[in-house]
Amino acid sequence: MTGTDALLLALGALAVGSGALAVATRHLVRAGLYLVLCLAAVAGMYLVLTAELVAWVQVLIYVGAVVVLLLFAVMLTRAPIGASTDLDRPGWPAALIGGGTGLGLAALLVDAYRWSSVPLPTAGSAERIGEQIFGSWVLPFEVLSVLLLAALVGAIILSRPDIGRSPVGPAGGSGADETPAATPTETPTGTSTEGRRSR
Amino acid sequence: MRPVIPYVTAALLFGLGTYGVLRRRNAILVLIAVELMLNAVNLILVTADTTVRSQLPHGGQVFALFVIVLAAAEVGVGLAIVLQLYRMRASVAVDEVPLAEPPSPNAPAEPSAPPPATAATTGEADR
Repeated sequence: MTGTDALLLALGALAVGSGALAVATRHLVRAGLYLVLCLAAVAGMYLVLTAELVAWVQVLIYVGAVVVLLLFAVMLTRAPIGASTDLDRPGWPAALIGGGTGLGLAALLVDAYRWSSVPLPTAGSAERIGEQIFGSWVLPFEVLSVLLLAALVGAIILSRPDIGRSPVGPAGGSGADETPAATPTETPTGTSTEGRRSR
Repeated sequence: MRPVIPYVTAALLFGLGTYGVLRRRNAILVLIAVELMLNAVNLILVTADTTVRSQLPHGGQVFALFVIVLAAAEVGVGLAIVLQLYRMRASVAVDEVPLAEPPSPNAPAEPSAPPPATAATTGEADR
């Protein structure tokens, strides 16, 4: 067992432990923060596995963007701050299926590799990955840009109800229901603020 | 380097993600569990890239980058859906979503009342 193996074992134990806490904790915000720890540990494993570019992209996109989006959603859906008891379904089937999947795959991979050793290649640079992306994989790369644009437009249309509903005839009724629902709520708040001002 | 260590880590992470997807009720926690599963797949790809000699060099790392991009797109659209669900039903519990019946026209009006109220109050507070 070399230093590389010890580092991989430590980072792997950290990733699995924080991942287990992320799916088991009763605090909604802590689940996101344990996910940060798990993603950072996986990024460290990428660094040990000589995949530097993937490690930094993981830190940038996952830890920087995806987790921030998740925490924004936690705040926007008014999640409870403390521990909440209704986050989970009573789930022995989930434990059975999840444990079976994880342990079954682990047994399969242990049986395939059996503590064999492989020399690590020299540390990868972004230049070689860039040559591959823009050489052999340039068509999937361009298709991914189209997919990102489609996801962007889809997310905007989904999150703005006034775009999607207005041209549809029967759904316009529900859209018309919402505007009177919004105006009476504004008037009480307006009166309350006026009350505050009068105070 | 023993390749069995990252492989087993990835398998356990995938099992944890499967458990979380099936167990959690909150839609955001389901998305977190999906992120765990995607990370397990990425770890498998990167480990295979370093251990297996392939004809195209670094194919595994390129695919890991593609999966990261796909995960970013997925979480953007998924969170838009979750926020729309919260706006319609005032709840993000995935087992309370009716799949068969269409939402009644009165249902969106009542839960959508609190968020504009808070927006109005915060707007008033800013002023």
